[in-house]
Amino acid sequence: MSEPVQRVLGPVALDYTVHAGSVTGAFLEALLDKRLVGRRCPSCAKVFLPPRGACPTCAVPMPEAVEVGQRGVVTTFSVIRIPFDGQVLTPPYAAAHIVLDGADTPLLHIVGECDVDTVRMGMRVEAVWADPIEPTLASVRYFRPTGEPDVAWDAFKEHLG
Amino acid sequence: MIPCAVTGIGQTRYAAKREDVSMPELVREAALRALDDAGLDFDGIDAVVMGKAPDMFEGVANPELFLAGALGAAGKPMFRVHTAGSVGGSTAIVAAHLVQSGVHKRVLTVAWEKQSESNAMWALSQKFPFQPPVAAGAGGYFAPIIRAYMRRSGAPEHIGWQVAVKDRRNALRNPLAHLHLPDIDLDMVKASPLLWDPIRYLETCPSSDGACAMVLSADVTGDRPPAWVHATAMRSEPMLFPGRDEVSPRAGAACAQELFEQAGKTPADVDCAEIYVPFSWYEPMWLENLGLAESGWRAVDAGRTALDGDLPINMSGGVLSSNPIGASGMIRFAEAARQVRGTADAHQVDRARLAMGHAYGGGSQFFATWLVGTEPPG
Amino acid sequence: MRPVHIAGIGQIPNVRGDTDHDEVQLVQAVASAALAEAGLHKDDIGFFCSGSSDYVMGRPFSFTMAIDGVGLWPPKRESHVEMDGAWALYEAWVRLQHGDVDTALVYAYGKGHGAPVDGMLTAQLDPYYEAPLGPSPMALAALQARALIDAGRLTERDLAEVVAHARRLGATHPGVPAIDGPLDVDALLDAPYVATPLRAHDEAVRTDGATAIVLSVGGGGPRIGGIAHCIEPIELGLRDLTAATSVRRAAAWAGLEQAGSIDVAELHATYSPQAVLLRQVLGLADAVVDPSGGALVADTPFVTGLSRIAEAARAVQGGAVRALAHASGGPCLQHNLICLLEAR
Repeated sequence: MSEPVQRVLGPVALDYTVHAGSVTGAFLEALLDKRLVGRRCPSCAKVFLPPRGACPTCAVPMPEAVEVGQRGVVTTFSVIRIPFDGQVLTPPYAAAHIVLDGADTPLLHIVGECDVDTVRMGMRVEAVWADPIEPTLASVRYFRPTGEPDVAWDAFKEHLG
Repeated sequence: MIPCAVTGIGQTRYAAKREDVSMPELVREAALRALDDAGLDFDGIDAVVMGKAPDMFEGVANPELFLAGALGAAGKPMFRVHTAGSVGGSTAIVAAHLVQSGVHKRVLTVAWEKQSESNAMWALSQKFPFQPPVAAGAGGYFAPIIRAYMRRSGAPEHIGWQVAVKDRRNALRNPLAHLHLPDIDLDMVKASPLLWDPIRYLETCPSSDGACAMVLSADVTGDRPPAWVHATAMRSEPMLFPGRDEVSPRAGAACAQELFEQAGKTPADVDCAEIYVPFSWYEPMWLENLGLAESGWRAVDAGRTALDGDLPINMSGGVLSSNPIGASGMIRFAEAARQVRGTADAHQVDRARLAMGHAYGGGSQFFATWLVGTEPPG
Repeated sequence: MRPVHIAGIGQIPNVRGDTDHDEVQLVQAVASAALAEAGLHKDDIGFFCSGSSDYVMGRPFSFTMAIDGVGLWPPKRESHVEMDGAWALYEAWVRLQHGDVDTALVYAYGKGHGAPVDGMLTAQLDPYYEAPLGPSPMALAALQARALIDAGRLTERDLAEVVAHARRLGATHPGVPAIDGPLDVDALLDAPYVATPLRAHDEAVRTDGATAIVLSVGGGGPRIGGIAHCIEPIELGLRDLTAATSVRRAAAWAGLEQAGSIDVAELHATYSPQAVLLRQVLGLADAVVDPSGGALVADTPFVTGLSRIAEAARAVQGGAVRALAHASGGPCLQHNLICLLEAR
């Protein structure tokens, strides 16, 4: 008796040409100059980084570009200790919500150049750029601690999510 | 609005890999059980509504098309819903609306996932040039939000362990559950490895294959009592905007508020609830968000949410014990209905007359809830 | 049933490779236009519903990003179908029957130009028996064309005529990209076969685009006289490919027989034999068919069906008494929706 067939491998490969659109495209181009450029909503005046094609709450385009700082605060984080397919980094590493100076939205990114057990809410961090730089968010390799004093909870508790 | 009843419920056995069945066989396993429960066959059904999370999980695009035949939908209307993790709940709601609006009399609704056919972690962590290279799967997304809840509420870390134990003990009473961990206790959860700090391995949901089906009907068929739909609600909000409270999203609270207003009930009227808890900490978080408890973690700590507590939550073992993503929301809705029908077998809550089902999806953005009762509405 | 009207339409041109708009920008553009036409603000809308495809967009949960274009804040009632936007309109129509909300915004978006649409459509087939064989959607459409030719229902000249018709009308429509190729039937028949009896021009031009429609209970605008849908098995061998059974049923359930004569029809035919078959089974001999040029000259996957409803509504706004819109999904007209629109 032969083994019953329970699985058949059916590889699916589909190639896409994706256009970033004018807003994200401009953001990615600015990365080549090591600049982080968000957009300000003309209605609620908040600065989005990364920028979106429209303000998610007001549903209007955001024509005004605003360069934000390369330093910011870790509002919350997780240490990722699980390996899985498709992972770019080797665990453990810290994934953090980082609100950059001048931005109003958290950017999900990585905290590096420190022991993962020292990452904390309120920690000040700054961007470390990859070399060479490409027009992708991976061009910011990670954020590292600046050594500045931590930010008080009350100052960022509205920016957790 | 025409009253709508749940007259049939069918679920598959949940497991990491259901290699004994194909996708059509999986959905039929649930559908035929639901039809049998309702005393019907496919001929008695007017339309089929299917829900499923991303098609990339199985590598089949729009699988409702190839499953139409297996579900007896040929020659009938067939509808496909996809609202991320809340899809099982919103699928049931779309089906209920078809009955309540008078468009159809009897609707078969099915939600499923067969994650073992592909690689869900891969499907959730694709590399896109516009996104940061953080790819961390669902746990990596939700762990920072759990940390924010712990900080904000001051909840001690054992709360998450307690929920993990409680749901797995409930699952021991549910033969369909994926995880059966007879030795589960706090020490075992505490000793399990940290995956996405602060989430430990045993505080996470498994990845399951499975399907859940219901017959929603304007007329009562079959031999068992129906569950009556008293209210349904869906609410959504954007993923990322300044000042968003992702610990207790306003869409979740608004969804529950609309639900209770529609039914003319309050959270205190709910006898038990099945809520979408993929990581243990989401039980206290949702209890607060939905208005079921002022302090979610204190309710957990006091044992109120246990099967013998005054507010039993996830009597079936919940998402923590079985998680076929696309079906998980519908399982919550179906298990709520089982409770008020009195057909929940070993995990039945005594005298359950009004039960809540809840599902959420995306970055805690998409919410679907329903209230079902022993008595007809109104 | 409560009377549901089309109160506003938002469209942008379908283009081959839209470099300006991501999905958020696409949705924002058409949603704001539809709301403006209806004279409403997003916060006036009781229910939002969209249609799109993860496989078309190339990532899971694509719609969770696209919702940023409609502004679901404060939190809104919202749902999504993994089907053409025409089915999102159907869900919204059902939702409006409840009586607690009176307005809905429906939208669909897609990027068909840079997407591997052929591969995606092949991935819709039965994964055990059919998909591994890798039949292209053109090959499946050719089987249906062959069945229709063998049954004496059409000729290759009929196919060339519907293509020429679509190109002539599409050439002047602002939503259609520039026509690439001949408008003349004989010239079309001179083109080489790709999958006999079909030629390259028998397949729709895949484009990027979006459409939004605002529905309201009461008020002005074209009224939805009937809407219904029906599916058949995906397996071609289990269907009579010349019968279009599910098209007939959906049309009957939508009330086509009782409706009276149809002035204008917009059809979701992505292969020319489907366009011929639909004309036959829907009895459109006296109707103006596809005044927009139809799906053959601008097919944005998962948007095309909703666009047909939008174009049919435009025809009613422009003086037609009764219009029919058709939407489709799956191979060889497997899944079909019919929406009848009437002047008030």
